[in-house]
Amino acid sequence: MARLIAADRPSTLKVETGRLARIDVPMIVVFMAAASMIAIVVLLLLFISWQGIQLFVKDGYSPGTILSPTWDPLANTPAFGLLPFIAGTLVVTAGALLISTPLSVGLAAFLSEVAPNWARSVVQPALEIFVGIPSVVWGWLGLTTLVPFLSDTFSGPLVVSLPVVGKVFSMPGFLTGFSWLAGSLVLSVMILPTITSVSYDSFRAVPQELRTGSLALGTTRWQTIRHILIPAALPGILTAVVLGMTRAAGEALAVQMVIGNSPTLPAAITQPVTTLTSQITLDMGNTVFGEPWQDALWTMSLVLLVLSIASVVLVRLINKRRMPL
Amino acid sequence: MTANHSPASLHRRTSRAIVADRAATIVLWGTAAFVLLLLGTIILHFALAAWGVVSLGFIFGDPSDTALGGVFPVFWNSIYMLALTMLIAVPVGILGGIYMSEYARETGPLGLVTSAIRFAEEAISSVPSIVVGLFGLILFVDTFRWGFTALGGAFALTLFNLPLMTRLSEQALRAVPQDERQASLALGATKWQTIRHVVLPLAIPGLVTGVILTAGRVFGEAAVLLFTAGIGTPVHYDFANFNGFGLDFNSGWWHTSPWSPLRPATTLSVYIWKLNSEGLGAFKNQLADGSAAILIGMVLIFNLGARAVGRVLTRKLTAA
Repeated sequence: MARLIAADRPSTLKVETGRLARIDVPMIVVFMAAASMIAIVVLLLLFISWQGIQLFVKDGYSPGTILSPTWDPLANTPAFGLLPFIAGTLVVTAGALLISTPLSVGLAAFLSEVAPNWARSVVQPALEIFVGIPSVVWGWLGLTTLVPFLSDTFSGPLVVSLPVVGKVFSMPGFLTGFSWLAGSLVLSVMILPTITSVSYDSFRAVPQELRTGSLALGTTRWQTIRHILIPAALPGILTAVVLGMTRAAGEALAVQMVIGNSPTLPAAITQPVTTLTSQITLDMGNTVFGEPWQDALWTMSLVLLVLSIASVVLVRLINKRRMPL
Repeated sequence: MTANHSPASLHRRTSRAIVADRAATIVLWGTAAFVLLLLGTIILHFALAAWGVVSLGFIFGDPSDTALGGVFPVFWNSIYMLALTMLIAVPVGILGGIYMSEYARETGPLGLVTSAIRFAEEAISSVPSIVVGLFGLILFVDTFRWGFTALGGAFALTLFNLPLMTRLSEQALRAVPQDERQASLALGATKWQTIRHVVLPLAIPGLVTGVILTAGRVFGEAAVLLFTAGIGTPVHYDFANFNGFGLDFNSGWWHTSPWSPLRPATTLSVYIWKLNSEGLGAFKNQLADGSAAILIGMVLIFNLGARAVGRVLTRKLTAA
């Protein structure tokens, strides 16, 4: 209303077009709120990078340390090889992806192509609850149920007597259940909703004409899914897998609670391993700011940061190459 | 493709395809059933584990060395941290969402800024929570010399969840039909008046859903808080104590008031981790099971709440 009245009186209009009135205050405020995220990323990169290079700059370790397999912070000449942690993160993540990807893509295909409405309206809320379960709860669940289950059942005579599976589980055998496999299993459940929902979106994005065209040629639904929909949705599925990978590699507490945290190179899925995140979680509180040991932990966090930024770039590359359908 | 087109081979191939289709359908249904079963088992597991542990006395009681006691101080901290974080994250996230939905250009020099913001949004979302926690440690605890404080934890949680809040707000605002904006502008309203009086009210259901979803994530987060809000909670909070509201960051008094943002605060999730890593106490398992059950209960409440509130608000706003 005020505006309309103002328009009747040219004098007020003139005041409004003055230089000060032309500054769009709301726009500046909302812009600053959005741009604060750029500031956060820049600060995050600066601080973590600065702390992360102290191991090389201040403590005089060579950058090659990152790939050395020896981690012994309590020795007379402490060794801070990060390879066990990087390798541990990679293998635990790879295990989780191997378990979770087929399950998640299958679930996404089910939701998008097979499920009647009622089934979709049951499964989708269930997945949202899955996402919401905090990571410590997953860790605690893994610790109290999965770890004992692995050490009791999978070392038992029944499993060991199985043809191939028995070989795998009896070679070094589970000592305690804290293991690479336990870590991968816990992570696979945690990343399931991520991979499923992103894959689901990319199945939905496939044009309906491709489905009807394929079915009109007389193919079955499964043939259409396998030969038309999965190839068409592949960039989206790859994005989903990379996002799941990022989440798995960055997960700290749940993994720390079930993998046993042994700073050696991963040997078998039944043995304890360690990861970048779990070692940071364990040692950060027990070290003093500025000592080489803590500097090595900051270097680990820099490695994690670089991995996660790389995954963002990777996702962008995958999606840039997506063919217009 | 082989050249064998005899009716018998065609029939064989067709029937094989049909069998494969049936099998795949069964497997896909099985996948969904497996996931539902898994979730059901997990919820049932915690319901059984919490049976006989979680009661009003457990949620609202103080911890005890000799009996099971309660988790009230850490439960209070979870609620407190949630409120403090949302107080910062909701306004900033919604304002950022307004920029991205209403002002952001996709081309020209400002288009570059827009894509930088989007890249930052994705980058923060993909940074591991433990690294965000370390960033909080170096910034708030060390550089600002706050020590371990609820405020530092809330800021760390805010910057971790800002991308989510901004994106959900942007989606909610973009869902408002373009006609509404044009009608408002045609009546002579300014851009900001249009946003303030037309777009925002219409986006309320989506915004509320976004707030609740973000809240759910904030409530369960632990790794961010481990090195920012720290581990340190007294066994009893005196709510009549209002010490600790001065702005003196350099003396060590502020721990006493449960209302003060300048004290360390262990939340429920951090408490579960702490119970496990310290491994002390006769009631460790019951306490952790009970706390986990409370967290899962809250997740269910947040999820159902987001749905119910969204539905009710949509009905109210569209009926009016």
